[in-house]
Amino acid sequence: MEHTTPILSARNVHICFNLRGRVLHAIRGIDLDIQQGEVLAIVGESGSGKSVFTKSFMGLLDANGAITEGAIDYFGADDGKPIRLSGLKKEKDWLRVRGHEIAMIMQDPMTSLNPLKTIGDQIAEAVQLHQHLKGRAAREKAVEYLRDVGIADPERRFKQYPHEFSGGMRQRVVIAIAVACNPQILICDEPTTALDVTIQAQILELLKDLRVKYNLTVVLITHDLGVVANIADRVAVMYAGDIVEIGTADEIYYDPRHPYTWALLSSMPQMGVKGEDLFNIQGTPPNLFAEIHGDAFAPRNPQALKIDFVKQPPYFEVTPTHKAKTWLLDPRAPKIEPPAVVRRLREEGM
Amino acid sequence: MVKYLAKRIGHSILTLFIIVTLVFCLLRLMPVEGYFANYEKMTETQIQAGLQSMGLLDPLPVQIFRFWRDAFQGDLGVSHIYRVNVPVVDILADKLPISIQMGVTAMVVSLILGIPLGLVMGRFKHRLPDKIGTAIVILIQAVPAAVYYLYIQMYGTTALNVGLLFNADNLRYWILPVFSMSLGNIAFYAMWLRRYMVDESNKDYVLLARAKGASEDRIALRHIFRNAMVPLVQYIPSAFLNTVVGSIYIESLYSIPGMGGLLVTCVQRHDNTMVQGIVLLYACVGIIGLILGDLLMVLIDPRISLGKKEGGR
Repeated sequence: MEHTTPILSARNVHICFNLRGRVLHAIRGIDLDIQQGEVLAIVGESGSGKSVFTKSFMGLLDANGAITEGAIDYFGADDGKPIRLSGLKKEKDWLRVRGHEIAMIMQDPMTSLNPLKTIGDQIAEAVQLHQHLKGRAAREKAVEYLRDVGIADPERRFKQYPHEFSGGMRQRVVIAIAVACNPQILICDEPTTALDVTIQAQILELLKDLRVKYNLTVVLITHDLGVVANIADRVAVMYAGDIVEIGTADEIYYDPRHPYTWALLSSMPQMGVKGEDLFNIQGTPPNLFAEIHGDAFAPRNPQALKIDFVKQPPYFEVTPTHKAKTWLLDPRAPKIEPPAVVRRLREEGM
Repeated sequence: MVKYLAKRIGHSILTLFIIVTLVFCLLRLMPVEGYFANYEKMTETQIQAGLQSMGLLDPLPVQIFRFWRDAFQGDLGVSHIYRVNVPVVDILADKLPISIQMGVTAMVVSLILGIPLGLVMGRFKHRLPDKIGTAIVILIQAVPAAVYYLYIQMYGTTALNVGLLFNADNLRYWILPVFSMSLGNIAFYAMWLRRYMVDESNKDYVLLARAKGASEDRIALRHIFRNAMVPLVQYIPSAFLNTVVGSIYIESLYSIPGMGGLLVTCVQRHDNTMVQGIVLLYACVGIIGLILGDLLMVLIDPRISLGKKEGGR
């Protein structure tokens, strides 16, 4: 493991939403260390809590949601003092974190820019807020960021409005805004989902470059495992508000241990065999309004063990960097072979 | 932009011409008693002679041509009933300024009070300022205007120590009618601005601004406010337009010699030349208002571009 200092650490984090008197338990006890300088991918299907979990780092949960248990600590502040993010309440305290320490890129570049302000103003605003530059100096800096994210003719584009940009270009602008905040951690919430495939690759390349240039720690949220392979150092697999497996990208790809990770990998279209139906995961994710007993994935796992329905598995360590929450890793568990796709991947990895 | 404007003004003039000519033709179908103050006492021969001398027996195209020729020279004919033999232009010039002055003042007051009220309500949604603002808005909208106009007059005249009848030369006399007139619009602007701000505050760009580290005040002022004003600005020219019509109720309440109810009176009394003049005036104002509304939209929203076909929404 090349990176060892955590910049952000979450301990037993629970997040609940109050929806008309009913409580939705969106995040159920996540433990996670994000290492300084790494690219951590968080994968999982829609509704698994990926966005909610990372939004809580910045205090951007909707008003009816809150961290009800556990702690999130941030260690990257300039003065070296840790900040307990889960304890911040006042807007003033959050303004020290938002943008300045942690910045975010959202999924849909078509709606995440203010339609009435020039993109130059929007980038310069970030520069003004976080780099103590004003007026012309801030504008010059903003032009520089535009050039950095690969926008041709930045001086002219600076004065244009979002509607004069294509989707991919807008996402570059959004990235420029995030980078202009000069953050330590960049959270990318499905940054390529709304873009077409050729543009996706360009945006990922851009993120890779910027990460090196600005020494960023990147948290990449996605449901596309193809994206992950391309860029991530480590991968965390989320299911029903918990991280069920985490390891280096190679470990998750070539030696996955959790049945949910198996299912995810098997359902990648590029893993399918010509002539066969694509694999899909049966059933639906669990109802987070109800209490979950045992392994949350058990009802959708045809090979689930009896204990999966009774008791939630703890983390079992596979290697020092790789752990998974599944009873299959318990020495007493019967030997269950992973599906063919995973076996094939494993052979490739060897 | 200039090309667009020229084209737009050209269209407007054509529209104006069609409206006024149509109304002119329709008015020719009205009973002729509207041209004589003492119609009942006149003999048939006198009536025919009168019509003949006014040129009303000429073929319609000739009349239309004459009307427009005179109108271009600032002559809209004379009133026959409302004020006998006084030129229509003079009557309008007499009544219009006071209505416009009062209306525009009321409009400015309602913008100055209504917009900030809505802004504060939107910024502090569901908090105390919003609740107080909502209470004020509901109160203004729920109580019939006629009722609070009366109360304002009853208590206001005493409080300000002014008479019931309006005196244009004394500024203090302007306060009550202007205030009464602006109340409804204050509520209107505040309510809609709040509503549009609440709509906008759920948009993604607000989340991005927040993630950027902008404070809530900054987000409300610099990001949400202008977006929320886009749907609102189109109402402003039409509000301006209404000031020309005058407020019947307030003008009669304070005996203000304005435009309030002038058109209705003239239609009821068949004063055709007056109706013709007022219609021309309203059509002009209406068309100018529409052009201004479009221009305002362009100024505030860069996505709406004039003149270029490919741009805009």
